[in-house]
Amino acid sequence: MAPLSAFQPRERYRPPDAGYRLLPFRFMRWTAEELLLVNDVGEFLFLEDGCFRDLTAHRLPPHDPKYLDLKSKHFLADGTSNVPIELLATKYRTKKSFLDGFTKLHMFVVTLRCDHSCHYCQVSRVSTNRTRYDMSAETARRAVDLMFQSPSPALKVELQGGEPLLNFDVIRSIVEYAKEKNQREGRDLEFVVTTNLVPLTDGILAFLKEHSVLVSTSLDGPDFIHNANRARKGNDSHEITIRNLERVRQVLGHDRVSAIMTTTKASLAHPREIVDEYVRQGFQAIFLRSISPYGFATRTGEAARYEMTEFLSFYKVALDRVIEINRSGLDFTEVFAQILLRKMLTPFPTGYVDLQSPTGAGLGAVAYNYNGEVYASDEARMLSEMGDESFRLGNVHTDGHAEIFGGETLLSLVEASILETLPGCTDCAFLPYCGADPIFHHRTQNDVMGHRPTSAFCLKNMSILRHLFDLLRGEDPFVRSLFTRWATGVRLDRHVEAVA
Amino acid sequence: MSWNLSAHGSPLPTLNRTVLGKVTSTCREAPFRKDHVLLARSLESLAQIQGYAGVLTAQALPPDATLSTDTPVVHSVSSLDHLDDGDVVALSPNGYVRTLYRLRSPHNSLFTTDRCNSFCLMCSQPPKPVDDRHRIAEHLRLVELIDPSTPELGITGGEPTLLKDDLLILVERCRDLLPETALHVLSNGRLFYYGPFARRLAGIGHLDLMIGVPLYSDVDSEHDYVVQSAGAFDQTLIGLQNLGRYGVPVEIRIVIHRLTYARLPQLAEFIYRNLPFASHVAFMGLEVMGFAIPNLADLWIDPVEYGRELVTSVNFLAQRGLRVSIYNHQLCVVPREAWGYCRRSISDWKNDYLPVCEACAVRNHCGGFFSSSLRRGYSSHIRPISAAP
Repeated sequence: MAPLSAFQPRERYRPPDAGYRLLPFRFMRWTAEELLLVNDVGEFLFLEDGCFRDLTAHRLPPHDPKYLDLKSKHFLADGTSNVPIELLATKYRTKKSFLDGFTKLHMFVVTLRCDHSCHYCQVSRVSTNRTRYDMSAETARRAVDLMFQSPSPALKVELQGGEPLLNFDVIRSIVEYAKEKNQREGRDLEFVVTTNLVPLTDGILAFLKEHSVLVSTSLDGPDFIHNANRARKGNDSHEITIRNLERVRQVLGHDRVSAIMTTTKASLAHPREIVDEYVRQGFQAIFLRSISPYGFATRTGEAARYEMTEFLSFYKVALDRVIEINRSGLDFTEVFAQILLRKMLTPFPTGYVDLQSPTGAGLGAVAYNYNGEVYASDEARMLSEMGDESFRLGNVHTDGHAEIFGGETLLSLVEASILETLPGCTDCAFLPYCGADPIFHHRTQNDVMGHRPTSAFCLKNMSILRHLFDLLRGEDPFVRSLFTRWATGVRLDRHVEAVA
Repeated sequence: MSWNLSAHGSPLPTLNRTVLGKVTSTCREAPFRKDHVLLARSLESLAQIQGYAGVLTAQALPPDATLSTDTPVVHSVSSLDHLDDGDVVALSPNGYVRTLYRLRSPHNSLFTTDRCNSFCLMCSQPPKPVDDRHRIAEHLRLVELIDPSTPELGITGGEPTLLKDDLLILVERCRDLLPETALHVLSNGRLFYYGPFARRLAGIGHLDLMIGVPLYSDVDSEHDYVVQSAGAFDQTLIGLQNLGRYGVPVEIRIVIHRLTYARLPQLAEFIYRNLPFASHVAFMGLEVMGFAIPNLADLWIDPVEYGRELVTSVNFLAQRGLRVSIYNHQLCVVPREAWGYCRRSISDWKNDYLPVCEACAVRNHCGGFFSSSLRRGYSSHIRPISAAP
């Protein structure tokens, strides 16, 4: 047995008296007494004013529990070790790993034709002229060839429009040609069709089932909201959507179809009814989306336009309703909150292309228009329908992968989308949770970098992030537990979760 | 209950070096004898022992006995009852018969070395600075004799990575001869700081390998104090990340005592943020053995005092999808909401219960005690649970 003197006292392992250095972090005032500190990889803590002053004045004592917390989360480092930097680097690579593999999401606008004329819809045409607004088989083939030049091991094909099922022959040729090519390529290939379900036939359903195509439809709420938003001859969009939703679920399976909602002025007064409609129709999630300033949404404008502050009030009430529904025992997720919570509470990235730095436009997603034009995003494609070709990357008939994805247009776009360099973002504590939307700011502020104090995009993300932090820090353990579950996707037994 | 895993007898001069063999109580045909140690019931059966690796008998041979064979023999062995067919024993020239492997036990380990590059305050197997590198030959031979149906085998020490290249050879041998056996290496992970070593271990391509690595704090000074080695925290963390990078599954092992309990929740968060690839996180009660005995005054805390920290940490990790276990704890001192994570983890040969446990309704689900702890210190809150929940 070793004598007691074989052991060294604790002091031997204490950090040297040489003090500490600050590692990179950003901060913002939270309340009159508190500040929020967030580091580059999204780890955060709240500090009281006095403690924060001590920290920045390098007089926080090493035995203070806050000192250890700050050291543990890599806000400060003492000694000469470079291990904190190495750990931060690993965590940073993980957070930015959404960039691995380059463009994953490939949107094919197979037609602009549509039987709906929604207030907010960007670019669809009620037209019977097939050749004018449909993607040709040759264009589709070239777009698929271009997609396979992406180095990404996972490729997601989103078939959209207009109403894409109106050009089903080209959908069929895209799916079959992509699968044929993939026999050699061996990518993780996935298909989703974004449809209002009106042109659905048994033949189409059988095809979707055979090729495991996911379905995404639109549901804006109960019939009086949905039909007002999604105008159609006969005013029966809601009825048809619900009827065909059931057919799709029966044939493809309940979880093979999801829905997206768009918030219009008509929606603002009915947050609870909209959430409840999603529950009633058997969905497990809702994505509360604000309207985008493109296409018809601005041209026919006034019917749909509202201030971001109005959306935020709507969002908070709707989120409360979602929480209430979970409390009653039903699993139901609000997807935008889920994306932000995953950024806040986990070391992992999200695949959500609309909130990334650098931008997901072009890097994460690309849109092939019906006429073969290639755009950095669906929004960029909508801008072009308004006569603005700023974000046109090329054409599948005339340009190769290198010209489209390595050209000046995309490079400039990416350059303007790195939050760490953007005025108003570089110092923002929320930076690691946020993203850049240069196309939105080009459209709304005529400047790809944008002006943060007057940006609706900034206001929305700042407000919702702050709201989520407040809820996380609130008195309600159920909300903390629910938010953790959304962020991590882990479902524990109820009795375990109840005490967490 | 605990077992005596060694015996002693009188060697014949034919036992002039340590020999290993599989225990057999029935005679084997000549071609199969070289891997076996025969348990001979009678002196008469000693006439037919040519070719065995060795022979054990409880019978006493006369002092002048000579056999017409060079087979190593230990006679007058104190007890052979603890040996079963398929067990592996080592016969040493001094007459000691050590059990190296027990076919029926789920807790078999290769004890690779007495050396260690840490000096943990609560080490249950205090390291010795001896040159025992020669032991690798015995381990490699043992792997040849272990039954291939063995579900799990530990590699422990001391610090097995101090074997360096020999450890890699040992893992390779296990891959080839025990392809169905999960291999669980207990290491402080410090030498995996050197990336090529981790890469070479991964390169062996063992299909069921796990490295169990202790981590005692989320800050370096606390961990280094517990393991009594400046810089150990840094080495272990980079070592764990290297193992993760090269795809070797790792388990984090946290021993809870007075020096580690207070920051368990922060440690759990640190693990999730920095080591989210960990396959398993084990929260372990203190084993009052080895260095824990002289340091007990600094280390001891009644488990009921850290129930809150334990539950918070376990739930934090489980809610984030990490696999979590609580080892070496009695159910009556763990908050009931964490019972689902408690495992019966104490090796059978050092596992015990108290008389008061007889009346407990959940005794069969309870991990019980280290036999050593029953002698030296355990919670003052041990009580029978009246009914299962």
